[in-house]
Amino acid sequence: MSTGIRLVAIVAVALVVIASGCKKQSAVEPMPASNEAAGWEKTGETQTYTAATLSNYIDGGAEQYLKAGFKGASTSDYKFQGRIEAVADVYLMTNANAARTIFETGPAGDAKAVQLGDAARTYSQSLIFRKGPFLVRIVAYQETPETPQALLQLGKGIEKRLSK
Amino acid sequence: MSRKQGTSRRDFLKVGVAGAVAFGATDVLAFANGLQQGGSKSKVVIAKDAMLRSSASAIDSTRMSALLDRAMQTWFGSKDALAPWRQLVRPGQVVGLKVNTIAGRGLSTNTALVQAITERLQNAGIKPYDIVVWDTTGRELERAGFHLSSGAGKIRCMGTDAVGYEDMPEAYGSVRCRLSRILTRICDVVINVPLLKDHSEAGVTLSMKNMYGVIHNPYECHNGGCNPAVADVNMLPTIRKKVRFTIGDATTACYHGGPGYSPEYAWRPDSLIVGIDPVALDFTAWKIIERKRAEKGLKTLEAEGRPPRYIATAADARHQLGTNDPKRISLIEV
Repeated sequence: MSTGIRLVAIVAVALVVIASGCKKQSAVEPMPASNEAAGWEKTGETQTYTAATLSNYIDGGAEQYLKAGFKGASTSDYKFQGRIEAVADVYLMTNANAARTIFETGPAGDAKAVQLGDAARTYSQSLIFRKGPFLVRIVAYQETPETPQALLQLGKGIEKRLSK
Repeated sequence: MSRKQGTSRRDFLKVGVAGAVAFGATDVLAFANGLQQGGSKSKVVIAKDAMLRSSASAIDSTRMSALLDRAMQTWFGSKDALAPWRQLVRPGQVVGLKVNTIAGRGLSTNTALVQAITERLQNAGIKPYDIVVWDTTGRELERAGFHLSSGAGKIRCMGTDAVGYEDMPEAYGSVRCRLSRILTRICDVVINVPLLKDHSEAGVTLSMKNMYGVIHNPYECHNGGCNPAVADVNMLPTIRKKVRFTIGDATTACYHGGPGYSPEYAWRPDSLIVGIDPVALDFTAWKIIERKRAEKGLKTLEAEGRPPRYIATAADARHQLGTNDPKRISLIEV
């Protein structure tokens, strides 16, 4: 092997090593795979948003996240036992206080507090919780008696991933 | 762009009646007649059907068609279900339906409403391929329950991401925006089909704010409660020229937590809000949202520091996009 070819090979190996190192350092995938949370199938690709693109996802709703301190967001669609469709959003804020700010925005209304993450509340069709710098929102499209419990299961699946 | 260089919707009507513009004198006269049926007032029709849903959530398509007919016939003062559509559009034109789908399926323009509109447009002589249901991205449309389509002979359903934005921006006041090519190059006429929502920045969104889905830079237009940006966007020449009528979807709406879907703050007015004056429509939307917020024991939008100031701006002497004076709005509930 000539010196030139050897040099190219060394550089290529170095790039692979660097790339795999970068991969390890990238953000944790917060979205559970299918059946990782019992009964929940992941029905769509995880979409991610930055501060520059968040408004493409939640329009003017992005402003409150940006003001509080926003780093990135992931979202994915799910279906529970073929009956309940839901969308899960995970927002990575700059710190726990920023997540708390969003969590405490708006009236709690008829919410019920549940044990999940640092604080959580559930409604008949949605669940919101915070854990450290993460703010998680799961919204179901069908209101059934089992919806709140099913959302809680998915929420636990996400929390488990965020704990890794 | 100065006021002299453009024309407001009301000026558009006056100019159209006097001398005809691009759309043709017949259409313009019909519009003027429609406006005059409310005297000198801007007419806003709210049509409601308490039995709209066949189950807890599903909308009965037959009842939706009837509700749409009632709303349109009331606004146009017509006994014939097709007459309003024949005044709005004419065969050969490409008609865009600008829906609102950014919040996903729970809080987007209802597909049953869009289906009802497309049926009436076809009844009025518009070919399926000349109907374009559109929004910012194909993904948003699909998530809201629409099926993307561009095949010959079929109704088109597409996002701006499929065709892009114009290279050259249009500008007015505080905004400088590149417009969707679906608006600029494909559609001759646009019917605005937005959704009634609370909005965390703008306060309320129905008619005018939906035009943020037409521009390339909505994220640059949210400062100061979207004021004056909403009014300025609606002054952009191509938007004023082509957006002709609003059929507001208030079948499901939200009184807080918008513009995203928060089921805990959603309710079902099961109504349509239609009219030509986007300012009067948005003013009416504001009052509906405030009434619901009061019913739920929430603060007013003013008390929350987010009144929809853009509505007054849109009505001011510089914009003149319509009226926010309740004495000059003829509100008809049917």
